[in-house]
Amino acid sequence: MKILMFGWEFPPHISGGLGTACYGLTKGLVKNGTEILFVVPKAYGDEDTNAARFVNASDVETVGTQVELEKLWGNISFIQIDSNLVPYVDEKEFNLCASIDKVEKREGIFRHKYSFTGKYGTNLMEEVARYALVAATIAQNNTFDVIHAHDWLTYAAGIMAKRVSNKPLVVHVHATEFDRTGENVNPDVFNIEKQGMEQADKVITVSNLTRNIVISKYGIDPQKVVTVHNAVDFYGREAFEVKRNVNDKIITFLGRITYQKGPEYFIEAAYKVIERCNNVRFVMAGSGDMMKKMVRRVAKLGMGTRFHFTGFLKGNEVQQMFALSDVYVMPSVSEPFGISPLEAMRSNIPVIISKQSGVSEVLKYAIKVDFWDVDAMADLMYGLVTYPSLSKFSVRNGQEEVNSLKWENAAMKIRKIYNRIANI
Amino acid sequence: MKTICLYFQVHQPFRLKRYRFFDIGKDHFYYDDFSNRSILRKVAEKCYLPTNQLMLDLIKAYGKQFKIAYSLSGIVIEQMEQYAPEVIESFKKLAKTGCVEFLGETYSHSLASLQNSKEFEEQVKLQTSLIRKHFGQNPTVFRNTELIYSDSIGKRVADMGFKAMLTEGAKHVLGWRSPNFLYTNAIEPRLKILLKNFRLSDDIAFRFSDKNWHEWPLTAEKYVSWLNDTDEKDEVINLFMDYETFGEHQNKATGIFDFLRELPNKIFANGKFEFKTPGEAAESHQPVSPIHVQYPISWADEERDLSAWLGNEMQDEAYSKIYQTGEKVLKTKNENLIKTWRSLQTSDHFYYMCTKWFSDGDVHIYFNPYDTPYEAFINYMNVVSDFEILVDNASGNSKSVKKTEKPAAEKIKPKAEKTSVKKSIVATKKVVKKETTAVKRKTGKLL
Repeated sequence: MKILMFGWEFPPHISGGLGTACYGLTKGLVKNGTEILFVVPKAYGDEDTNAARFVNASDVETVGTQVELEKLWGNISFIQIDSNLVPYVDEKEFNLCASIDKVEKREGIFRHKYSFTGKYGTNLMEEVARYALVAATIAQNNTFDVIHAHDWLTYAAGIMAKRVSNKPLVVHVHATEFDRTGENVNPDVFNIEKQGMEQADKVITVSNLTRNIVISKYGIDPQKVVTVHNAVDFYGREAFEVKRNVNDKIITFLGRITYQKGPEYFIEAAYKVIERCNNVRFVMAGSGDMMKKMVRRVAKLGMGTRFHFTGFLKGNEVQQMFALSDVYVMPSVSEPFGISPLEAMRSNIPVIISKQSGVSEVLKYAIKVDFWDVDAMADLMYGLVTYPSLSKFSVRNGQEEVNSLKWENAAMKIRKIYNRIANI
Repeated sequence: MKTICLYFQVHQPFRLKRYRFFDIGKDHFYYDDFSNRSILRKVAEKCYLPTNQLMLDLIKAYGKQFKIAYSLSGIVIEQMEQYAPEVIESFKKLAKTGCVEFLGETYSHSLASLQNSKEFEEQVKLQTSLIRKHFGQNPTVFRNTELIYSDSIGKRVADMGFKAMLTEGAKHVLGWRSPNFLYTNAIEPRLKILLKNFRLSDDIAFRFSDKNWHEWPLTAEKYVSWLNDTDEKDEVINLFMDYETFGEHQNKATGIFDFLRELPNKIFANGKFEFKTPGEAAESHQPVSPIHVQYPISWADEERDLSAWLGNEMQDEAYSKIYQTGEKVLKTKNENLIKTWRSLQTSDHFYYMCTKWFSDGDVHIYFNPYDTPYEAFINYMNVVSDFEILVDNASGNSKSVKKTEKPAAEKIKPKAEKTSVKKSIVATKKVVKKETTAVKRKTGKLL
């Protein structure tokens, strides 16, 4: 079975959980004998004039380069497209990054005869549409059995590929607009997501939490929506030994400092703990649009000497941060899955995760809290650094649980879905 | 003629209120008065009062032929005194009939028998005097918290002057033998042991209203036919259960009261049975052999061991913490502190920290004042932390006073027993266990 898969990032060039998830998933699928043609936009910000040629479907072959990756990758081939699609960026932010020419608002970006201006990258929606057109070309020039599109930026591509090829479409929801923005959804993004889900033959969600959003907010038939929980792959990861400079206990927040991740709840809980204990320090690692606000809040609470910001952490620094921590907290307001608590558990650190996260569905032994319940969160933090058996217990059981989450199992479920919709 | 021995356990814990770490050192009141009161009132109205009345009616109807036994924890008596004194009055009426035996147990429904023999004895004495005060009886039969029993616990109970003790007819202890005989303690043969027939007991206590049970609905006729099916040579059938079975775990609509009302009638009609209290049963039958119980057993869960209260890291830390403070607490001679210390020993606190049900998610289904064992543990430890501060304050300068040696031997033994039992358990979860937990948890499902 051959799958045409649309993603937007792939290791090592990743900015978040999606790339990691795609990597694990494709690896698992390859193991069960699935062939994958993976289409990724090239790294962002590249305003190459060549890109304009994408408009002409016939030119795709000259632009798209097929790269055979190492032997490990066996039957996965990559097609790279020059594009400045950026994961985790909403339209507003994108407009800031790209040089803005006044672009007329266009309607019906999914129209078959989409008139592409040749202007490149001044509008995220245009990009999505461009990606979709390229997708159609790729779909024409390749043979495959099922189309699989990851998250909203690629849904349009998936729909186009389906129209051209008449092959069944699976859309994979790693996050929805509601997770990213709360209730302030961007209607354009919402519409693309809704269309993608409606046109799809099956919708895969990374958690039941997300499944419920898909059903209730997008009005998708529950029969069509299947949850396949993410897994985690620690292959090639080494244990880190880090020397500590302070004796204090360290409680860590690690993630993008955005609305979705609930950093303000972490700060309020931290304040309650710091008020009462003098042997605890807090670290907020990461960056994001709420960072400045958070720094101001910490300053206002007067706990700057015990609350530290690290900025964005890369590669090994993440591992080091985990190695330094005594407790990891993920207070997400809405987290479709959330892979980082698994990494923390893997590093033998007890975790507190919000009940509003998909990962809490697969971690029975994790310590869970409502993101808004700052008192409870503070109590859990205090408990973990004060009563040793609590962290011992949750680390021991967490390890076992994390190790039992295998991408092979997730891939098996997905393979079954492919088989069903492709009638194989 | 075979003997039927009915015994009912009456207990409600003092539940702790939500106690955050920032309350430590500030707030020294630990209990959730509201839920304690409302739960006790509800159980009193649904179970204690109507069932007591029914028992009284039965005793009146059958004269001296119908006999039962109760064990009331000191903690539940305290709550009745505060919230439902009429329940105590109705138990007093039962006591006056002469057909009701009150058993001895630990005052605070604690696990002291596993830890500290001096404290264990102290709590038993307290309980005995409370029973004497209210019901005018001197208990001669002992039932330990959750029917926990081992050879050495039995020996200590015998040394305190009890002549018989109840425990679970656990399969792994009995092997091929039947629970329907009288046994003796392996160390002290004078102590008679009555073993719970868990199948027949649980048919009423747990399965009575289970519509998925192939025997549902259970009628008194059917039940008596099962009693008749027991082996001809059997002597004593011990039916032990929570009193809350009647009207609470099995609510009135299930027909449990009609069943209970009809049962003695059907049993007497058959003519092969008599009712006796545990004390009478222990006297009138000859023990068949000693029963060896090296590691403690209990009536809880499929495992029938201590794993509902002890065994995971959190339970062990909380448990050792509360007993570690004991010496200091007793030294203060402060009655309030000692009382609080004892109520913090109640086994229910450790039960809430049990993580066995995590694996099948049952923990969310059954009642527990806490959502997770973690919360139970943190809440308890926060309370104990504050309690320690109070004790230290009360000890005043006594911090400099030299420490007397700890009863180390006492402490090591139960720990060793416990771990080896744990290893021997196969962690299978079967229907019966689920039923056990279901009902246990339900105890509080009243708000």
